Amino acid sequence: MSAGTVTQNPELLRRLLRAKDRMDAAPEEAWPVSRLADVSGVAEAHFARSFKVAFGVPPHRYLLTRRIERATTLLRDTDLPITEIAYRTGWQSLGTFGRTFRDITGKSPGEIREDERAAKRELDRVPACIVSAAERPDLTMAVSEKRRREAPGINGPRKEEA
Amino acid sequence: MSQGVEVVGLYVRDQDEALAFYVDKLGFRVHTDVRNGNYRWLTVQHPDQPTFQLGLFTPGPPIHDAATAQTLAAMVAKGAMPPLVLVVDDCRAACERMSASGVEFTQEPIDRYGTVDAGFRDPSGNGWKMIQARR
Repeated sequence: MSAGTVTQNPELLRRLLRAKDRMDAAPEEAWPVSRLADVSGVAEAHFARSFKVAFGVPPHRYLLTRRIERATTLLRDTDLPITEIAYRTGWQSLGTFGRTFRDITGKSPGEIREDERAAKRELDRVPACIVSAAERPDLTMAVSEKRRREAPGINGPRKEEA
Repeated sequence: MSQGVEVVGLYVRDQDEALAFYVDKLGFRVHTDVRNGNYRWLTVQHPDQPTFQLGLFTPGPPIHDAATAQTLAAMVAKGAMPPLVLVVDDCRAACERMSASGVEFTQEPIDRYGTVDAGFRDPSGNGWKMIQARR
C-alpha cells in the first residue's frame, strides 16, 4: 500500500470504485478515460492517476486483465470458437487478441482452453464474481514492456557470429 | 443453537446511512442500537436468520487512532474488504425490487452453475454477491 492510498479521500475512492465496477460488469465495451472519468465524477485529467494510486494499475491495464480473465473463463466454460470469444471480450482483431493473450498469460488461447479443462476444479463452489476477481491476471507492467523484456535478442546479448 | 458465530461486523462510512440501506432497502431489522459516548454498537439481522447479526461499525475513536481509521475508511471505499454473500429465493425478483429502491448493482443477474447470481454494493463500498438458493 502506498502512502498515496491512505491520503486519498474515501469519498473519491468510492467513486473510483464505481468506474472499476463498471469495467468489471462490461469489459467488452470501450472504456476511454473520458467515459470512466464521467462515471467517477472526476476531471478527465486526474482520473488515470487517481485510479492508479487507488488500485495499483492504470485503468486501461486493469481493463486488459479483466478482458483476459473473461476470455479465459469463456475458453474454459463454453465451446465458443476463439474468434467469437475475442469478439465478445472486446477485441477488434483476432491477431491482437491472440498476441495480447499470449503476452499476458504465456500461452495461446487454445492451450489455455486445454489446460483449464484438464484441471477440473470445483469452481462452482465459489461465488462467480470472486472466481473472476481471483483469476484476473496480475499485470504489473505494461504489455509492451513485458513483450520487450521477454523478446530474445533485442536488448539481450547478441549471439556470437560463428 | 447455543454455539456458533453470532455477530460479524462490517465497516461502514456512516451508520445512519448503513442502517437505512440494510433496513429500508434490504429488509433487515435492527437488532441492537446502543450508544456510549461517540461509540455506537449497531447490529442488524436478516428476518429469516434470528441467530445471526450483521454489525455495522464505523472505524474511528475510541477503537482506532485517526490514521488507522483513515486507512480502514479508504479500504472500504475502494472495495477491498472481504466478500459477502446473501442467499435469496429469487435472485431476479430481488434484484428488480432492490434496483427500484436505488441499490447500486455491480452485476446484473446471470444464470450459471445451475443458479442465478448478481452483485451489488452498499453505500460504503462493501461488495455483496446475491445468489439464488439451489432447490
